[in-house]
Amino acid sequence: MDAILLQILNGLDKGSAYALIALGLTLIFGTLGVVNFAHGALFMLGAFCAVTLNNILSLSFTTIDPDRTDFLGNPLKVETPYVESWFGPEIGMAIIQWSVPLSILFAIPVMVMVGLIMERGLIKHFYRRPHADQILVTFGLAIVLQEIIKYFFGANPIPTPAPPAFAGSFDFGASLGLEPGQIIYPYWRLVYFSFAAVIIAAVFCFLRYTTFGMVVRAGMADRETVGFLGININKRFTIMFAIAAIVAGLAGVMYAPINSPNYHMGMDFLVLSFVVVVVGGMGSLAGAVLAGFLLGILESFASMAQVVALLPGINQIIIYLVAIIVLLTRPRGLMGRKGVMED
Amino acid sequence: MLGLNKKDTTLLFIVVFMTLFAPFILNPFPVGSQLAQFNAGYPDLMQRFVIFGIFAIGFNILFGLTGYLSFGHAAFLGVGSYAGVWMMKLLSMNVIPAILMSMVVAGLFSVLVGYICLRRSGIYFSILTLAFAQMSFSLAYSVLTPITNGETGLQLGLNDPRILGVSQVEGSIPPANLFGIAMRDSYELTLGGWAFTFNAGYYLCAVVMIVAFYAAIRIFRSPFGLMLKAVKSNQQRMNYTGLNSKPYTFAAFVISGVYAGLAGGLMVAMDPLAGAERMQWTASGEVVLMTILGGAGTLFGPVLGAGFIKYFENIFSKINENVLHQWFAALPDSIENVLIAVVYPFIGKGWHLTLGIMFMLVVIFLPGGIMEGIQRLVNLFKRRRTTDDERAGGSSALANNAKAAE
Repeated sequence: MDAILLQILNGLDKGSAYALIALGLTLIFGTLGVVNFAHGALFMLGAFCAVTLNNILSLSFTTIDPDRTDFLGNPLKVETPYVESWFGPEIGMAIIQWSVPLSILFAIPVMVMVGLIMERGLIKHFYRRPHADQILVTFGLAIVLQEIIKYFFGANPIPTPAPPAFAGSFDFGASLGLEPGQIIYPYWRLVYFSFAAVIIAAVFCFLRYTTFGMVVRAGMADRETVGFLGININKRFTIMFAIAAIVAGLAGVMYAPINSPNYHMGMDFLVLSFVVVVVGGMGSLAGAVLAGFLLGILESFASMAQVVALLPGINQIIIYLVAIIVLLTRPRGLMGRKGVMED
Repeated sequence: MLGLNKKDTTLLFIVVFMTLFAPFILNPFPVGSQLAQFNAGYPDLMQRFVIFGIFAIGFNILFGLTGYLSFGHAAFLGVGSYAGVWMMKLLSMNVIPAILMSMVVAGLFSVLVGYICLRRSGIYFSILTLAFAQMSFSLAYSVLTPITNGETGLQLGLNDPRILGVSQVEGSIPPANLFGIAMRDSYELTLGGWAFTFNAGYYLCAVVMIVAFYAAIRIFRSPFGLMLKAVKSNQQRMNYTGLNSKPYTFAAFVISGVYAGLAGGLMVAMDPLAGAERMQWTASGEVVLMTILGGAGTLFGPVLGAGFIKYFENIFSKINENVLHQWFAALPDSIENVLIAVVYPFIGKGWHLTLGIMFMLVVIFLPGGIMEGIQRLVNLFKRRRTTDDERAGGSSALANNAKAAE
């Protein structure tokens, strides 16, 4: 029982990331009909928003403290971040430590800009071209974004710590009344999961309960008819692209403390997220989320020591294996609608 | 000649000429001159040109003709490499059994993968091939370590049996050879300031590539090739007319898998080791880049694309800041620094950025790749000449357009 619970918990954080990226991918595919291979790069850009904000907040100036000396006897140079000098040491320190959650505010405008530029500048011209062309051009874009980040931030992963309040782990089992010491779980992963749940709920509510969302859903079902009713559906779809970019970006921001961001993290997630989308069913939002969590949890179950002892290497290939089986037995994925990209 | 029409014969001869005289063509600058770093005529790189050329030709038979975009072709190359190294470990250091075995094993593997993946088309096909390639990559790293030697990569050992050949010569592993001609043997020719290297291994690869290229031409021009092109243009209509297109795409998939295996085998023949990173999906992405950049669906495009990317990867990436400073030394300091600041992100280690941008531009503006660009230039030139002719009362532009449309 404990072991099962532990594996489910372990799968949740990766599953959340898969679900968020897959949700964005499906939003783009469902609205614009474009297969976006650059979506992983958006995730990566989000993570680097967190890094950038952290760097900006830690910008400091150097003063010479004549009272103290370093080990050579010279006056000691003291580095003080600007934030600390403006807001006082305590608040300033707190701002720097909470840079990752603060990056959410920073990432939203950045991702909106990136999303709008990408859609208006590039994707717009690819609506009518074959899917292969869309894959190729967005693949090229992903390489370009990746290399730009590599140029500015280098090739090494950049550790981005979570706020100290969430830094450690806690005994999750004890709080459920199980034996203490069985299920130790880092706080930040729980935060990530809750965050993902909130974002997913927000996107679904937005689509379900607003007029804008209603129009978008109508457009996803039948684009032409909505156009005939005098609604500029393209404009709304462009906004949906920006929203998908925000979702990917925020997924990246919050993922930064779990895995230090590096320039190719997007590609690593992209491949798996595509598999997730396909398993969930192209164009089905609920399917993407469900498949994301399902595959994340499945992956963590497959990496249990007992399972690996039985079927060596299964933890490495389980997701792909599931994808192959699903694609061959249920062509439209778990929750795909009939008639959407079935062949 | 050789069952080809005149145009194809000319193309074949151009390829033969270029591959056989590559040591001259790729070394246009004298040794020791400023521009010598742009010389690509060293054996290692020339071998890579032709090997990746073969890989891309094979990929093009699948993608260029049928339009099925595989994102997992590197798996066949990797599997072929492992098979090749095992033949060298077990049988002999002669490269022939190694190369043949790579082709056979890669072919069998592609039969398995193709049988499953070709049940779906479009993006699903891409995802399925990607999934298979990633699976092989992960397995080669983890469970199959006894066969693949995991992260270290499969290498030759001193105590390998090599039942058909000598196992070791004076305490070291004998070199890979073709009936006694060692693959690493080279002949240096110095003419004035120029130095040219003729490498046995390169010429083996070159001959193999010419044969592979010839086979590709024959496939393109055959009824079978026509059928594949029909699959690309409209598979549904083809099925409605009562033709089953599956066997054709399947055959194309296996053929391109065998080509990839051949490339893997040649890699092993040149340098007897194999690693799992050859199967990673980025490697599959690279061959996609080559084919598209050169021109998918054209005969010569993929070879051109492969050469282009490998040249940039090896030559362009070596240009560092110091070299740039040397180039722009004549300019005033301020302009020099600005120029270098602008150029630097795109060269040296940043060459991937240039590649990505170029690739995007090609996909957006030149869907036919470099070959289409050349074609357009030729047409432009021809049209200009025709209008001149028209003024002189010559041939009509219509006939010329018809010729261009061919």
